[in-house]
Amino acid sequence: MEGTSIHEYDVIVIGGGGAGLYCALEAGRKAKTAVLSKLYPIRSHTGAAQGGIGAALGNVEEDRPEWHAFDTVKGGDYLTDQRAALILAEEAVKAVYHLENIGLPFNRTPDGRIDQRRFGGHTRNFGEAPVRRACYAADRTGHMILQTLFQQCVKQDVVFFDEFFLLDVFIDRGRCSGLAALELATGKVHFFRAKAVLLATGGFGRMFRITSNAHANTGDGPAVLARRGLPLEDMEFFQFHPTGMRGLGILITEAVRGEGGILKNRKGERFMEKYAPTLLDLAPRDLISRAMLTEIKEGRGIKADRSADDFLLLDATGLGRETIAAKIPEISEFCRTYLGLDPAEEPIPVQPTAHYAMGGIPTDEHGRVLSDEKGTTVEGLYAAGECACVSVHGANRLGTNSLVDLVVFGRRAGLAIADSIAQADFPSFPKGATEAVLEKLTRLRAAKPGPSPEGIRDRLQEVMMQKVGIYRKGKDMEEAVGEIADLRNQYRWVGLRDRGQAFNTELLDILELGNLLDLAYVTASCALQRRESRGAHAREDYPERDDPNWLRHSLAWLKEQRVVIGSKPVDISLWPPKPRRY
Amino acid sequence: MKIILEIRRFNPEKDRDPSWQKFELDALPNDRLLDVLLHVSRVLDPTLGLRKSCGHGICGSDAMVINGKERLACKTLIKDVAEREAAAIRIEPLKTVPVEKDLMVDQSPFFAHYRKIKPYFSNPEPVAGKERLQTPAERSRIDDATKCILCAACYSACPVRQEKNAAFVGPAAIVQAARFNEDSRDRGFADRLPALDDPDGVWPCESRFECTRVCPRGIKVTWLINLTKKRIGEYRKSRQEEKPDPK
Repeated sequence: MEGTSIHEYDVIVIGGGGAGLYCALEAGRKAKTAVLSKLYPIRSHTGAAQGGIGAALGNVEEDRPEWHAFDTVKGGDYLTDQRAALILAEEAVKAVYHLENIGLPFNRTPDGRIDQRRFGGHTRNFGEAPVRRACYAADRTGHMILQTLFQQCVKQDVVFFDEFFLLDVFIDRGRCSGLAALELATGKVHFFRAKAVLLATGGFGRMFRITSNAHANTGDGPAVLARRGLPLEDMEFFQFHPTGMRGLGILITEAVRGEGGILKNRKGERFMEKYAPTLLDLAPRDLISRAMLTEIKEGRGIKADRSADDFLLLDATGLGRETIAAKIPEISEFCRTYLGLDPAEEPIPVQPTAHYAMGGIPTDEHGRVLSDEKGTTVEGLYAAGECACVSVHGANRLGTNSLVDLVVFGRRAGLAIADSIAQADFPSFPKGATEAVLEKLTRLRAAKPGPSPEGIRDRLQEVMMQKVGIYRKGKDMEEAVGEIADLRNQYRWVGLRDRGQAFNTELLDILELGNLLDLAYVTASCALQRRESRGAHAREDYPERDDPNWLRHSLAWLKEQRVVIGSKPVDISLWPPKPRRY
Repeated sequence: MKIILEIRRFNPEKDRDPSWQKFELDALPNDRLLDVLLHVSRVLDPTLGLRKSCGHGICGSDAMVINGKERLACKTLIKDVAEREAAAIRIEPLKTVPVEKDLMVDQSPFFAHYRKIKPYFSNPEPVAGKERLQTPAERSRIDDATKCILCAACYSACPVRQEKNAAFVGPAAIVQAARFNEDSRDRGFADRLPALDDPDGVWPCESRFECTRVCPRGIKVTWLINLTKKRIGEYRKSRQEEKPDPK
């Protein structure tokens, strides 16, 4: 095939963030491994995580993994698979020590151990009071994790293909045989044959207008699998982080509240007293985001105009300059750069920002991708990190647990892959698969410029923000599903204006938009289907959680013009579901 | 307000020489320059090549030369670089590295230099207990260096690299070395030494402070380079005391 290359690796990891790199380190010890990343790997969005990584080390006060697991289950509004949550909490401890041992510069206690601080929804003794569980490196914990893992990859000489964009994954009769990727530098398509493929492509918050997510967070892995006929799990659950910087959506870490910051309305009231009398400003994110919207709707936002762009204040002035400098210096810098304010002097204007996908590619506890409600695995195909759904986050993720998820399940997937590939052989590509990839790309490259991709993206982000946001209504979501279907139709006529081969960023942008459209379509369809309120999915027309009918995971299949939704049971073997109060 | 972007364009696929292209557009004083550039590349001229990702100064994708100074486009507000109506903002790719397309540069020389100094934690001693202990004071000694996001702004701004010696490993690599050399838990200094104590290692640095001036993370880069020079001197001295020079 002219203009293409074929490579062969035991293991291909897609995505150079925390989950991908951790997997590559583990798998790379036993197998010929390469990491493909559409960015330079050190640019991945793991680096933007701020506040901490939760682990019951008990370094500053008593703590236990069972408490962490329970908080995770309750935080997820009982949609969390409970034994998976226990694995998460138990292995978090080991993972944090391992990260320290390979150099991660955690903040320290006076006696030199890893310091820990409070974070939303993390409690002592099954909900009694906040506990210090988040291990942190100032407010750049994700940056340090990403740097540390990348450094170890350099040490271990892991092979990287930088700026390779995932086009397709080849699956035939329940087995993955490899993938196709576009090399940004040349515009060439590369095919990779592999015994195992791990998807660690991160989140897809860019389907919303106001988001903390990077431009790169377009859900490439889940979108490709959805188009390949695999289901996605719990896509209706998308977390809005309460404290995004007003208008920009840039994340202001929960650690600001963990260190003592307080949310206030226009009357200067600490409004969380009404909504979560025990945990107050350290209640889980779904609850605080809803409380903020309620304050705004009832006219107590700062502008008091009840509008979508009204906001509230995060007051960190009580922390003192020294604590701000030592514990949340990045936040201080963001505020100076983008808002021209000093958080030691003035409160920070905040509004909820689309932050994290609880749903994604269904996997088991070893990162193996599942193809149906019965738990059938796809041989040789794995997923980990935000793009995956184990599910440890259920209907709402707790703060710090995204980083825990990356390192625990990135590592577990790496170990599972290393164990499995010794006896595996190289499968061959399904007939016609490579030609189909090339054909599709040739078609896109030859198409005349049609509708503006920018217009489609703007409309998509607006629709998702307005109609599939924090509070949802059946009628709105019906409209959203219709509008997204329409946008997907328009997208079929999009063409390229840049006809160059090398570094064609327009091509990348358009491919990413296609992924966002498909995932938004699934998200809106799942949200419309679930007629209850649970965790981050809050319906005004069905305001209560409905366990008898809806205590189940959704599994959604994208079929060209419609989404078919099935379900699978939730593991509730450890803690029976209870009403969720904080 | 009205602004004029003057962007240095170069596409090796079709251009023989770089040229300047002007875009006149409206922007708000508080807009991020990155957002304005994305408007250009997504609406006005999709052939414009630039990199971006996080959009708030932590991923290091969008370092470029803005009005003569290396900065991150996402951490630069219009009002920071356009003081008055219809002001021109000149935007160029980073220097001392090959241009791939417009504002995109080949980062491989930068990362090759980074890798050369062995930028990773190294300590073969087994860990006694769970974590290696480190006092808050020891931890704070490496804080500044750990902020580095490898954006290559310093690498571009370095006058030694620009004028004299493109083989100089450059400021960022030395910052990475210092991040580990100064870590009380690390034992890898001797492994890093050959790349640092080398004619293209720390020694070409003339302490001209351009790296410190442009660092979007506010790292005291030159200070860390000088600290590294000092550590090399101390190490040499300690070796001589251990093992007297046969000459």
